[in-house]
Amino acid sequence: MRKLALRDEILLSIEKPARYIGNEVNAVMKSRDVDIRFAMCFPDVYEIGMSHLGIQILYDMFNKREDTWCERVYSPWTDLDAVMHKEHIPLFALESQDPIKDFDFLGITIQYEMCYTNILQILDLSGIPMMAVDRTWDDPIVIGGGPCAYNPEPLADFFDIFYIGEGEVVYDELLELFKKAKKEGWNRETFLRQASHIAGIYVPSLYKVSYHEDGTIAAFEPIYDDVPKTVEKQIVMDVTNASYPKTPVVPFIKCTQDRVVLEIQRGCIRGCRFCQAGMIYRPTRERDLAMLKEYAYAMLKSTGHEEISLSSLSSSDYSDLAGIVNFLIDEFEKTGVNISLPSLRIDAFSLDVMSKVQDIKKSSLTFAPEAGSQRLRNVINKGLTEEVILDGAGKAFDGGWNKVKLYFMLGLPTETEDDMKDIAHLADKIARRYYEIPKDQRNGKCQITVSTSFFVPKPFTPFQWVPMNNRDEFLGKAKIVNQEVKDQLNRKSIKYNWHEADVTVLEGILARGDRRLAPAILRAYEKGALYDAWGENFKYSRWSEAFDEFHLDPAFYTERERSYEEILPWDFIRIGVTKKFLWKEWERAQKEEVTKNCRAGCSGCGASVFGGGVCYEGKN
Amino acid sequence: MKVRIKFRKQGVMKFIGHLDVMRYFQKAIRRADIDIAYTEGFSPHMILSFAAPLGVGLTSNGEYADIMLKTPISSAEAVRRLNDVMVEGMEIVSFREIPDEKASNAMSLVAEADYTVIFREGMEPPAGWEEKLLAFYEKPSILVTKKTKKSEREMDLKPLIYALSVSDGKIFMTLSTGSTDNIKPELVMEAFCREIGYDLPAFALLINREEVYAEGHVSLEDLGKDIG
Repeated sequence: MRKLALRDEILLSIEKPARYIGNEVNAVMKSRDVDIRFAMCFPDVYEIGMSHLGIQILYDMFNKREDTWCERVYSPWTDLDAVMHKEHIPLFALESQDPIKDFDFLGITIQYEMCYTNILQILDLSGIPMMAVDRTWDDPIVIGGGPCAYNPEPLADFFDIFYIGEGEVVYDELLELFKKAKKEGWNRETFLRQASHIAGIYVPSLYKVSYHEDGTIAAFEPIYDDVPKTVEKQIVMDVTNASYPKTPVVPFIKCTQDRVVLEIQRGCIRGCRFCQAGMIYRPTRERDLAMLKEYAYAMLKSTGHEEISLSSLSSSDYSDLAGIVNFLIDEFEKTGVNISLPSLRIDAFSLDVMSKVQDIKKSSLTFAPEAGSQRLRNVINKGLTEEVILDGAGKAFDGGWNKVKLYFMLGLPTETEDDMKDIAHLADKIARRYYEIPKDQRNGKCQITVSTSFFVPKPFTPFQWVPMNNRDEFLGKAKIVNQEVKDQLNRKSIKYNWHEADVTVLEGILARGDRRLAPAILRAYEKGALYDAWGENFKYSRWSEAFDEFHLDPAFYTERERSYEEILPWDFIRIGVTKKFLWKEWERAQKEEVTKNCRAGCSGCGASVFGGGVCYEGKN
Repeated sequence: MKVRIKFRKQGVMKFIGHLDVMRYFQKAIRRADIDIAYTEGFSPHMILSFAAPLGVGLTSNGEYADIMLKTPISSAEAVRRLNDVMVEGMEIVSFREIPDEKASNAMSLVAEADYTVIFREGMEPPAGWEEKLLAFYEKPSILVTKKTKKSEREMDLKPLIYALSVSDGKIFMTLSTGSTDNIKPELVMEAFCREIGYDLPAFALLINREEVYAEGHVSLEDLGKDIG
């Protein structure tokens, strides 16, 4: 029987002890005398981290290597955090229950800005020096990856390495290099220097940044001649034959994603101008239907899950959507497996499918127009028209649905008061469409939920140069929408929710931040910032005090308009999509011009350099 | 065909709560390809029910779940297939056919259970506690205040403790269990410690459920018969 890192008394006095004991179905146990011990971390609570597909892919891929044992670690919840600090219990991996500090690698996936203090908690509880510069071979190599690694600069001081791109590509090369370093007795610096020669690997300590008097970047350069000036994003071109887990780990406790997840494609053809994922994962690459079928059988069998879901940025754009959906229904519905179909465009096909797999009375339909007016939807290149929304909602209402969720953003570039009010108007028009159905044929009142988030400009999008609203502007806009909703005829059928403004501002600072933010992130953590993504734990004052202490002006990062010439902190990363294309898209946005999706016509974004995917469809 | 599964829950599995054990079994039955029956309706669920929920922190050698099979399978084959998909700490002991009638449900049959209790090292009462425990059990009545969500009531534990003995520091007891008079071993031990003036520390007891019985001290397992 494995010995746990935590005593019974601790486990029995904290919430959900199952978060910390490992032993789940399909968790991988190996001998401790492998060459490489790899701890894979999602810096949030277990139930969130266990729901992340990327970790399951890499966990499986690493463990296919005989010389490597990859284990998992998540953020201890605040109750255990306090106990571990008080009793000086080092953070441990779930499988072996061994201290993280004794591992060779600590890989951290960075999925959102609000987890940055959780990353520091992981290092702190592990007893690993927070600053990369203070680490020795006694500490693991700390690697960051995931979407936030596309602007790693605010975290540059805390990581030894960032991996830019999809994990399946160059990890083998990095692990082989590590084995060589150990065998030949290299020092840590030599290993990092050699690692920087691997495509997609960024070693922040090997670059220096200088600044103009106005605070913008004057130069961003490698310290040594052999260190590459730019870092190229790494992506899998043959997604069908890439490593994918047939035996994902099955948690004991209910997690956000408690189902088999079939990733049908990567990337998105749409090119919405606010969307970072839509740019950094270009070009769109689809998995072969035969492969998906094989994995669906294998994963359901090995996990025993009673639900299967498709994953992608826009499932409706998968070429053979009918093929995969009909297969799932025909094959698994009769065996009691639920089929969940997120991110589908609402049309006749999807409504027909959904009526087969959901209880219409209980489920709701989701639309993400993102902006209230057609004008603003053209600015953001969201090719969804009012006609399509009303037609989809109408068909759904005729089919028996009466719950609709609508998602919008406030604070988009060029937004006017009319655009904001149109959010309320669109909701009202949908309600009117519902009440056109004769009373005796409809299912009571309709429920329309309107939710707005506040727009945060992200690196590698056409909006990366634009100013972001401040807190008061955001809240003022939410107030306008709220008032307009109340003035609608169908106000009783419309519910309006808006997002927190403070946390959005912080997200904006970190998203487009630079290296100078690192000391403030550390100070905010020291002041108690942790689980910032969880409203109940978030206090903006911790952050504003930390920024003040280091004389950092948040508005420099959020409210300033950047010029095309300015060196942005993330400019050294090459994602295929060119800066020139992003700027052209920003100009088109200002002219309210829509750009075609990748299948309707190539816009020459630059992603074709990867030599595959949608860029070459039908060209073989 | 109605079937009763007996299983052990040991080691780190004691930290998995009752609802999660139910979820675990639903998935395990799928992994083992046991052809279980589902309820009718829009969202069908497995016909699967558990006897006497075990508290978090307790281990057990005698846990029970009843299921309804669509296709019969031999006991040996089912035990093998299920054990192939278990995690460490969970073990299937038997898989037996039970009479196909409502009154045979494990949950409604539960009447008593055996437990062994030991003190964690260093948390025992002062020496000589074994004799005091036996004397405590010999008393004509053992009055305790049982707290429920709504009220407190005084009750006599004595008629609900069917057996109690101790050897080598290991306490063995048979207690009334089930929906009417459900007595937990902690309650008995707390009453005893109070009686001898020993301040029982939190988490001082290691408790293992050994077996669960129907009325008449017949184990739930013995109510079923192996499927050939």
